Amino acid sequence: MGKSLANIYRLGVKELLSLRADLVMVLLIAYVFTVAIYSVATGASTEVANAAVALVDEDHSPLSRRIQDALLEPYFQPPARLAVGEIDAAMDAGRHTFVIDIPPNFQADLRAGRQPAIQINVDATAMSQAGMGASYLQNIIAQEILAFAQGREGDPQLPVNLVVRAQFNPNLKSSWFLAVTQLINNITLLAIILTGAALIREREHGTIEHLLVMPLRPAEIMLAKIWANGLVIVVAAVLSLYTVVQGWLQVPIAGSIPLFVAGTVIYLFSTTALGIFLATLTRSMPQFGLLAIPVFMVMNLLSGGTTPLDSMPELLQALMQFSPSTHFVSFAQAILYRGAGFAVVWPNFAAVAASGVVFFIIALLRFRRMVTLLQS
Amino acid sequence: MTGQSGVVARLAGVTHRYGATVAVDAVTLDLPVGRMVGFIGPDGVGKSSVLALIAGVRRIQTGAVTVLDGDMADHRHRAAVCPRIAYMPQGLGKNLYPTLSVFENVDFFGRLFGQSRHERAWRIEELLDATGLAPFPDRPAGKLSGGMKQKLGLCCSLIHDPDLLILDEPTTGVDPLSRRQFWELIELIRGRRPGMSVLVATAYMEEAERFDGLVAMDAGRVLAVGSPAELKSNTGTTSLEQAFIALLPAAKRQGHRAPVIPPRQHREGPPAIEAEDLTRRFGDFTAVDRVSFRIEQGEIFGFLGSNGCGKTTTMKMLTGLLPASAGEARLFGRTVDASDLATRQRVGYMSQAFSLYGELTVRQNLWLHAQLFHLLPPTTIPARLNELVERFGLNEVMDQLADDLPLGIRQRLSLAVAVIHDPEMLILDEPTSGVDPVARDGFWELLIDLSRNQGVTIFISTHFMNEAARCDRISLMHAGRVLAQGAPIDLVRERGGATLEETFIAYLEEAAVPASASTSPAPASAPPAPVAHGPQPNHRAFDQRRLWAYAHREAMEIRRDPIRLAFALLGPILLMIVFGYGISFDVEKLPYAALDRDQTPESRTYLENFQGSRYFEERPPPRDAAELEQRLRGGELRVAIAVPPAFGKDLKRGNPPEVGVWLDGAMPFRAETSRGYVEGIHLDYLAELAQRVGGRDAKLIPADLETRFRYNQDFRSAFAMVPGVIMLLLVLIPAMLTAVGVVREKELGSITNLYATPVTRLEFLLGKQLPYIVVAFVNFLGLLALALLLFRVPVKGSFPALAAGALLYVMATTGFGLLVSTFVRTQVAALFATAVIVTIPAVNFSGLLKPVASLAGSARAMGYGFPSVYFQQISVGTFAKALGFADLAGNYLALAAFFVAFLGLSLALLQTQER
Repeated sequence: MGKSLANIYRLGVKELLSLRADLVMVLLIAYVFTVAIYSVATGASTEVANAAVALVDEDHSPLSRRIQDALLEPYFQPPARLAVGEIDAAMDAGRHTFVIDIPPNFQADLRAGRQPAIQINVDATAMSQAGMGASYLQNIIAQEILAFAQGREGDPQLPVNLVVRAQFNPNLKSSWFLAVTQLINNITLLAIILTGAALIREREHGTIEHLLVMPLRPAEIMLAKIWANGLVIVVAAVLSLYTVVQGWLQVPIAGSIPLFVAGTVIYLFSTTALGIFLATLTRSMPQFGLLAIPVFMVMNLLSGGTTPLDSMPELLQALMQFSPSTHFVSFAQAILYRGAGFAVVWPNFAAVAASGVVFFIIALLRFRRMVTLLQS
Repeated sequence: MTGQSGVVARLAGVTHRYGATVAVDAVTLDLPVGRMVGFIGPDGVGKSSVLALIAGVRRIQTGAVTVLDGDMADHRHRAAVCPRIAYMPQGLGKNLYPTLSVFENVDFFGRLFGQSRHERAWRIEELLDATGLAPFPDRPAGKLSGGMKQKLGLCCSLIHDPDLLILDEPTTGVDPLSRRQFWELIELIRGRRPGMSVLVATAYMEEAERFDGLVAMDAGRVLAVGSPAELKSNTGTTSLEQAFIALLPAAKRQGHRAPVIPPRQHREGPPAIEAEDLTRRFGDFTAVDRVSFRIEQGEIFGFLGSNGCGKTTTMKMLTGLLPASAGEARLFGRTVDASDLATRQRVGYMSQAFSLYGELTVRQNLWLHAQLFHLLPPTTIPARLNELVERFGLNEVMDQLADDLPLGIRQRLSLAVAVIHDPEMLILDEPTSGVDPVARDGFWELLIDLSRNQGVTIFISTHFMNEAARCDRISLMHAGRVLAQGAPIDLVRERGGATLEETFIAYLEEAAVPASASTSPAPASAPPAPVAHGPQPNHRAFDQRRLWAYAHREAMEIRRDPIRLAFALLGPILLMIVFGYGISFDVEKLPYAALDRDQTPESRTYLENFQGSRYFEERPPPRDAAELEQRLRGGELRVAIAVPPAFGKDLKRGNPPEVGVWLDGAMPFRAETSRGYVEGIHLDYLAELAQRVGGRDAKLIPADLETRFRYNQDFRSAFAMVPGVIMLLLVLIPAMLTAVGVVREKELGSITNLYATPVTRLEFLLGKQLPYIVVAFVNFLGLLALALLLFRVPVKGSFPALAAGALLYVMATTGFGLLVSTFVRTQVAALFATAVIVTIPAVNFSGLLKPVASLAGSARAMGYGFPSVYFQQISVGTFAKALGFADLAGNYLALAAFFVAFLGLSLALLQTQER
């Protein structure tokens, strides 16, 4: 037992030395946990922000101006002015996601009770913004028309008022969400590629054979890779959480960071074991790359971190329960935003750990076979 | 052709450094035309560096190198003479492509030199016949034995009838028979082309004996130049080996003496190694066929045999690396068991190929193994390491990376590691291949000491006959079978030969005759001299034949790897299905709970609208506000609604009550969408209320808001996602395909062919890229079929516009993969870099998730700085917006510009010489 631990430790140190020798790799790791997180968090927001809207004002009335003034930053870019004939070309080129067309005599018709119509053109190929932005615009325009009709400045008077508040992220800033999602994606990607590729590399260079004739068990070789690569990723992720996510991006973290780190460690066990498992399925680095990337993309895009899990087909939702990334996203959101404690997240922890054990056992069973396979 | 000077290559004051280490130290040397000149000397004295400088594969640092009447530092001259030089690097089959067959490897080189199909055919036939490779034209190079690989390497070098042939330790690790055939082949070719000059580095002194001239080197300097006879007479010695040792500086010579073997004492106990009818089959090929032997403790047992006869496989079965197909092997009386750690602690093993960590230093490698073998007590490790460092002469290289060491020194390091834990048994697979004579003798002294004084059993394979003669017993193997076994002297006597080498070759020839009668053709049967086939083609800056050679080679490699091809073709299809269904922005069935503190018909009417909506799904109502809050925090609810007390009363009084709604903001997109739904339902309620109060025609808002979802009237996710997913997959998979392209050749060694053959960087890169563009375009067609047939998303616009865009796009994306491949050092980094650099702009800033029109700042820059955004416009434009070429013109230009820019950057980053 003591010898085993010592072996795992020594081999792990070797992994760290190997990693240090690859400068490009080290720089890439630094990049993904800093610049990449920052630029995705600030740039790829899914909220209606900076939406490109254009206005075709055929009315030129106080009301049409009032509607125009209600389209405020940061939700909308200052509306561009278009002529009627320019709508199609502008939307074809994707220059504007929304084009509002206020018809001639709109204000006059409205005053006369003729129920005129405003047209909101939405580029429905812009999925994330189209639906949300359209309902925003409808609300804003409805409010303005109502208030105008009631002869009021500001908000209209309604028989029932609705107050909507967002918990855990009052302004629904997506940068908070994206920062953590990107962090999670990076953890997944690195864990799979770093460990899996490290194993393939040992095989391509013949060093794995060398290890297998020494008094070492395959499990020790695997565990060494898991702890060493896992450690690098945990350290990078925690540093990133404090400096980039909390510091640079000013994301308030509601829950316990140590609890999140504990969960991350379990997650890394699972994903690094998955990396090894994938490596045992392939014979060369090019094969590994082609297998690992789709696996990563599925784990990343369907985990609930990019689009809501609830909106996926039920079969897919059920299948994604087997992916540790789904549980990771779920408990990361619970801990970091909702301030959930262990009592709430333990089922996710358990699911991640269980998937890790499964990956590890399959990888272990395939390990020796893989070396033998290489000979033929 | 080679000038009147009579000199094929001239070095003047050439010095070459690797970091602080001086490998070549002010060497000045003239090498005569038409001769075979050997470079001899210990490991790491600069022989390989000098040869690489002459071949032009290494960049000249200081001094002048003149080859074939021109300055090798001059790029144009180097390009012009490149087709006249052939260079075979050190290491078994280093410049070969393991998955390609014997024929295909040679054919590739023929194509590189622009030979016609007819010319290649007869040349290859001749070369394969002469080297005895003719019976296996279809065997992959990776499955050849070491000696066969070297012969194949020679075939590849000779395909274009070079004027200058440079061979760096070509026969290291090659069996005596093959070695003899190898030199016969060289003689045959020299006989036909008397003008050809040959430069050879070798560790075999008996080979050096027959060279025309020799250059003895040590520590980066030339010690002596002359014919073998001159060297011997100058030093007053009778053999070249002795002459060489005499030439060495006194300090290095000291302590050297030919090893003397004391007779072996018989030891009690069970045999150390026993093999009984040991058999190993790979498919229908029997690598080891019922091999039996029994090795006593303390015995030195030699394993001899032609390359590929099953020696290595037998050794691997003894170590447990390979399970036996039949028969049994026992170590120390116990059946070999892969999980038996105690036995492994007692055995030291050294594999044929270097298998320590190249990215670690010598010191780190030694420490790692000392610790993994648990040398006890740990405090003895430094002393033990010092002892080994001393013994194997590793002192000066302790802090160098193992990868940077010359072959011979790496072998010494491997040996040091194999004996680090004082094993009771050593299994050594050609441990002295590539090691110089002095170091070899030193190593044998150690073996003799271990065997005779410590009773260590040694099982060793070797191609050196003087080493075989030192063994207590030897076993001769051929084609998986043992031909003879016994003490070396007995075998020689039995056979009536003069030397062990002759005996050995006699055995091999006897065994080989029925298998391949055409092994050594008589020189007379050689086809006409190739001079008749016209002059060498002039060097051209761009030759599509060379480009085609690389493209063809790459395509074959893809075909040889059906698993990879399957991943490449099926992966995108599978991902498209998953993403097409999975990535959805349709938010429905949001779980909500309502706390109705009024419980009047009015409040129930208000909440009914939520119950009837497909966007919401009701959960049991909470008892109080605290529970509502708790359930929201626990993630059970996405939306919580609280209707205040007196809702109904206030409503009737015209005193607007306030309904509170809390959203789970953890996922902003979902929260925003649900806010829209909530506000919509609220407005619906108000509109109904207005009708109830004011009659049927009463409207809440005195105007209509008509929302037109253009390009996708039903607002189906698939219509928006499918074009985007095609964009995403056509960057991910193609870039991943090419990402390892160049760096893999760097890691595995075949990049030398770029340095040593006339192929230019442009031909190399485009040739590599071409097959992947085809694969990626096939991907596109597959994805298109899925879009049309499975997702029923029609191409509303111009189909040719879409296809042309896809072609340009995959040209850019495969180019990007190659670019990554040229600047990273390892395949791991290539995979990771591609994944990271590609996914961020392609997923986030391409218009897939968020319209590019809303991007700002660095996100906008990242988006427009990557090809995805432009193809996204084309894909969405042609699928959904019914656009054609004219509408999208700018995007085609941008994609073409990316292709050119990536190619240009790759060209700039790719080196054509080693440093």
